[in-house]
Amino acid sequence: MGRNTLVFFQDVGGLAILVKRVFLGLPSAFTRSRLTTEQMLLMGVNSLPLIALVSIFTGAVTAVQAVYQISDYVPMRYIGTAVGKAVMIELAPVLTALVVAGRVGAAIAAELGTMKDTEQIDALETLALDPVKYLVVPRFVAGFIMLPVLTIFADTIAILGGLGVSTASLHVSPHVFLNGLKDFFKMMDLTSGLLKAFVFGSIISIIGCYQGFKTTGGAEGVGRSATKAVVISSVLILISDYVVASILFG
Amino acid sequence: MIEIKEVHKSFAQNEVLRGVNLTIQKGETMVIIGRSGCGKSVLLKHIIGLLKPDQGKILVDGEDITSYNDNELNKLRKRFGMLFQASALFDSMSVDENVGLGLREHTDLPETEIKKKVTKTLKLVGLSGIEEKKPAELSGGMKKRVGLARAIAMDPEYVLYDEPTTGVDPIMADVINELIVSCRNALSITSIAVTHDIVSAHKIADRIAMLYEGKIIFIGTPEETKNTDHPVVRQFIEGSAQGPIPAL
Repeated sequence: MGRNTLVFFQDVGGLAILVKRVFLGLPSAFTRSRLTTEQMLLMGVNSLPLIALVSIFTGAVTAVQAVYQISDYVPMRYIGTAVGKAVMIELAPVLTALVVAGRVGAAIAAELGTMKDTEQIDALETLALDPVKYLVVPRFVAGFIMLPVLTIFADTIAILGGLGVSTASLHVSPHVFLNGLKDFFKMMDLTSGLLKAFVFGSIISIIGCYQGFKTTGGAEGVGRSATKAVVISSVLILISDYVVASILFG
Repeated sequence: MIEIKEVHKSFAQNEVLRGVNLTIQKGETMVIIGRSGCGKSVLLKHIIGLLKPDQGKILVDGEDITSYNDNELNKLRKRFGMLFQASALFDSMSVDENVGLGLREHTDLPETEIKKKVTKTLKLVGLSGIEEKKPAELSGGMKKRVGLARAIAMDPEYVLYDEPTTGVDPIMADVINELIVSCRNALSITSIAVTHDIVSAHKIADRIAMLYEGKIIFIGTPEETKNTDHPVVRQFIEGSAQGPIPAL
């Protein structure tokens, strides 16, 4: 068996153990609610400006390209439908998750990696504190809750972006756009996106923490862990997106 | 009392501890000396359960801690304090939060009592008025003293010191040595320090043990250490490149 294969199975095993310990430690998120709230602020509130920027352009470009793709054979009143469904089911949850993976996943891995390298995690243990309950559980709960919240925010901003572009340059009135959005809206459009966001939020925080915990090799190792956290989270987000979509719509 | 019996530990192909035997009596200060990388910190981490030995036993007051689960280890660790080589203060917390973390997590003391206790402990290590500062705002010597305050804040029975004087100037090193001695006298704690600083070892130790090639090769009082004929110990305390210990 090659070294890479061995490392892969070690990582799968390590992640499984971490996930089990996080679930067993979930009650500590309530007893240490201050830590969880802090992480929710860092992950959620501080990500809002970047998510808003990404979302407004996502909505705008979706509207422009929808018009290009459907204008010859579908009436323009369906532009709101096309933008709404594309944003809610796919674009907002996936792009929000990828942005948060880059911004927060890397930060989690770097912070925990630095703590590992400077013996701060050992120090927590010597104070009889479980690093999983103290560091991972608040980040997991924050990711699990805040990704769906950010996704709802991204849905709203992206639809407004699509509405703005449709009205300003595609000659579709707000009334027509919103009717198109409303007439074919199904609750499943929103809930499927939110379900994906729950999964993506969990992936980002668990992978960030896992990579942080296994950091070795000083500053170089911390940088490597941050990069790995982003790459692995992004790949898992795309894979799980397909899996969830297949289960819900397949 | 802490008894280390035939402890072996390897990392990959590197056998760091090769059958360490050592007993630390209640109330004494044992200093373990040895070259950098000889396994002193590894041994210290075994005593507080951060590492598990491949073979051997570690008995704390007669109980083997190597078979303890996480809950039992956490219960044990409440009786210990540890000062880390680079202090290991939590960057994101203030000095007050660092020193008071154990008290806030493990006791039902009201916040006012915890604040008082933190201030008192900081005073014991010669610091005051820095409760709201972050570790990044402190000098190396102050970080060591805050680390020491955090280690003794829960009134532990045992305190472990990992290279307590490394990285500070000689005057601050002496201040830290004095603090270790005064904390032991004031709080009646059992202390284990690992260091390669011979001046520090002589100042704080009741007994000195030398770790060499994964084993304890010498145990004696500071006076016995000064006068020993053991060639390895002599070379080490004289800081000579010539002798049985390879310099490179």
